[in-house]
Order: sequence, then structure tokens, then C-alpha cells
Amino acid sequence: MAAPTVHQKSASNPIRKKAKELPFPLNLYQTAVGKKWVMALTGLMLIGFVVFHAIGNLKLYLGAVEHNGEAVWDIDLYGEFLRELLVPLFPRTYLLWFLRIGLIGAFGLHIHSAYTLTRMNLSSSSRYQSKQDWLAANFASRTTRVTGIIIALYLVFHLADLTWGISAISPDWERGEVHNNLAYSLARWWVALIYIVANIALAVHLFHGAWSMFQSLGLNNPRWNNLRRLVAGGLAGAILIANLSFPIAILAGAVEPGEPEISASEG
Amino acid sequence: MSNHLNLTLQIWRQDGPTAPGRFETYEARNIPDDASFLEMLDVVNEGLIEQGNVPIEFPHDCREGICGTCGVMINGRAHGQEKGTATCQLHMRKFSDGDTIAIEPWRAAAFPVVKDLVVDRSPLDAIIEAGGFITAPTGTAGDANDTPIPKEAADSAMDAAACIGCGACVAACPNSAGQLFTSAKLWHLNSLPQGQPERYKRTEEMVETMEQFFGSCTNHGECSEACPKEISIDFIAYMNRDYIKSKRTNRKLAGQR
Repeated sequence: MAAPTVHQKSASNPIRKKAKELPFPLNLYQTAVGKKWVMALTGLMLIGFVVFHAIGNLKLYLGAVEHNGEAVWDIDLYGEFLRELLVPLFPRTYLLWFLRIGLIGAFGLHIHSAYTLTRMNLSSSSRYQSKQDWLAANFASRTTRVTGIIIALYLVFHLADLTWGISAISPDWERGEVHNNLAYSLARWWVALIYIVANIALAVHLFHGAWSMFQSLGLNNPRWNNLRRLVAGGLAGAILIANLSFPIAILAGAVEPGEPEISASEG
Repeated sequence: MSNHLNLTLQIWRQDGPTAPGRFETYEARNIPDDASFLEMLDVVNEGLIEQGNVPIEFPHDCREGICGTCGVMINGRAHGQEKGTATCQLHMRKFSDGDTIAIEPWRAAAFPVVKDLVVDRSPLDAIIEAGGFITAPTGTAGDANDTPIPKEAADSAMDAAACIGCGACVAACPNSAGQLFTSAKLWHLNSLPQGQPERYKRTEEMVETMEQFFGSCTNHGECSEACPKEISIDFIAYMNRDYIKSKRTNRKLAGQR
């Protein structure tokens, strides 16, 4: 008979206790793997928002169009279209608010899971005294938390600038005048600079996030894995080019504020 | 003919788990470049013993890359600069004469230093323990081909089972996450027919035990680069998939009790 293994008491007790388990869908959010899953799904929703927001903004370049016999900025029409989504099934702006509440929820969960996971990671790791040599971690993956904070701060500024029209930030703001609000605001170099820096941060964040999402959700098949980097890079690049074009076009004077007029050459 | 190297070593010395640690500088003279990294430390230790000093404690056992006992941080990389190589299989010919080498123990909140370069990796055992058993007949061995296994599944299971449990993945991870280890241990059973009956129970238990000790994955991929067996982070994705499924499946099973 072999001697029974002496079971030594581990020097390393769990560094955190297992929480009391909540009922089914909520218990997913109690573990880190579940939180990463929530982060990936909310991230996917936010990517959807960013993509449609950028596509909508491209209407800025369509300039003025004729609408009900008058010349109007095309992007102003698009803004009104969003407020009138599914009218008359729903009253005006109802569906828009439904979507907005979904987005606010997604932002909230995305940020909360990032915050709690960061705290968990800080309490789990211990720094090396010699210089650690990174092999696989790239700039985007190592700065995800920083770029996330930049995006959150920028979001508040962006809302104050163009959605709420707080007069201290955008004195020329008028409700519904999307084209002019944008053109007046971004013509100021410091505002344009904020937009440029924040959108670079957004692209960097997406480059890691859009790839990381597949891993967190368990969407992995060695046959398609190379495609995931391509999707993330393509998405980040497309968003970067579209979103940087707006402040640059306005700064360069290609898009100017004013009354919409349909020029004879276009008409 | 082997060449000989003279090296400067900066080694982490720590008298015990609660004692403060510090780097100490040692000169390693006349090290043959055929020596392994651990043999180089042996030579340094012999010198220390002859001078009446306390030798450096470092983890080692089989010295052929299969037991997972050795492992130190060498110049900021787990198991040193050679890809797919454990510390014991890293040879001094990979270094140049006059190099300065910094040697540190694995660091993670769940891996307390025992002495010098030795850390306590028992949290990895706790994860294995949480996995429990597999249902297998314990009588005479069945015929070899009783259970047909698709070639792809067998290959995948073998790739995962290559894990030697050294803890380099945790050491290399900026979050000290144990995902690569846990997912490899899970996948070498979860991909095989013999592992199916307890698949989701095992996944839930092992993941939740892991999270009591380690950080969470931020998908850098450092673990896989550091791994002496080059375990792929694909297994982490499979684990994430199985974990979410386990929460649903185990709930259904609980209803049958």
C-alpha cells in the first residue's frame, strides 16, 4: 500500500471568496468570464451604433437637397428621419428614445464590467521588479482602458457640444440645424482637435475590442481566426477614416455653415 | 568544442514568504555554453556553497521539459527568450559572453514566494481538484477502439493535454489570469467522448475556482507566447463558450435531481 499523500494546507488561500449565487441570468454577471461575455455583447451593440452614426454623418457631404419645394441640408433631413422612425406606428421620437435607452444601458454595463474586471485584475497581479518584455500584447490591447476613458469623456463633450447645445461650448447651436451646428462647432481648431484625438482613441479601442469580442464570446474556429484580425482592423480603419474626415473637411473649408442653396450645376 | 561565457546575474533573493526580497548581483564565470540554464545556476550555487554562502533556491525537477516544475522570469520573459522552451531546456549558447541576466520568480497575488525563485503554485492544483472525476469503468481495460474518437478531436485534446502546468501563462499575463492553464485542462477532457458526462459541471467548477485565485483575461495573448508547450489561446475561447453553456445546462440538470 502506498502511503497516503500528505495533504499540506495550501499557502495560498483563495484571494477572493465566491459570492452567493444569484438566480439564472444574473449569475452570469457574477463571474469574470460572464462579465467578459456581457462586455462583448454590449461592445457589439456599441459598434453597431458607431457604424450607423458614421454612415449617417456621411450625409454631411451630400450638401443641400430639395425637400417639399425648399432647399434643405440633407443631414438635417436625416436627423428628422431618426426622430420620426416608425411614425405613425409610434409617436415622434418614441422609437429613437427606445434605442437611446438601450444604448445607455449598453454603455453602463460596458463601463461597469470594465471597472469591476480592472479591479479584479489589479488585485490578482503583482508587478515584476525587472522590466517585463511584451511579446504579443500590442499598443491597442495595452491601452484599452485608457482609450475607453478618453472615449467616455469625449462622449460627454460631444453630447454637450452637439446634442444638448450647452451655450458655453457651442454658442451658435440651434435645435435641428445639424449641418450648421456641426460646421460652426468644428470650424474651431480646438474642438476639431478634440474630435480628432478622440476618434483616434476610438479606432485604437475598436481594433482590440472587435478582435477580443470573438474570443470572449467563444467564437473561435482555427479556420476563420485570421479573418478576425482582418475584421477588427478593417472596422477600426473604416471608422477612423470616416470620422476623421468630418473635422478635417470642416477645418479645410470644404463644408461651410450657412443657408442651404441648391447650386445650378448640381440641380 | 564548447565556448565558455562570463555572465552577470541579477537574481531575486528572498528568505521566506514574508521576508522582503531584493536583487543580488552574482558573477557567473566560465560557464560552458552547452550547459542548460538550470545547470548554470547549479554552477553558481556550487561557488556559493564553497564560499560558505546560502545557495539560490530555484524550482527544478525532470530537466527535460515535461514535468512543469521549473520556471523563472528571465530578462522579463517567462522561461526566457526561446519560444516553446521551458527554463530547463534553455541553453546557455543562446546567451552571449558578458550578458547581464535578470532572474525573478513568477509573480501573481496567488503565487506567493516560498524562497528566492520558488513560488507556491498550489492554486493550479485547486483548479484541477475542482474538476472532479470522469465517469469511466474501473474494471478491466476496455478494447482500445471501443470508443471511436474523431481524429480532429483526438488531436485537439492532445494539443491541450501538452500543458505541463508550469504556470508561465499566469506569470506572463499582465492580469495574472489562469485562463490558458484552465482552458487547456478543460479542453483535453471536454473534446473527448469520455469527458462528456461531466463536461459542464467540470467547466463551471473549474472556471469558478480559477476566478477565486486569478485575474480575468483581456486577450493580449502573452500566455501563449510564454507557454513552453505553445498552447493556443483558441482553448480560452472554447472555455468561454462552454462556461456560458454550463450555466444553462447545469440549471437544467439541477431540475432533474
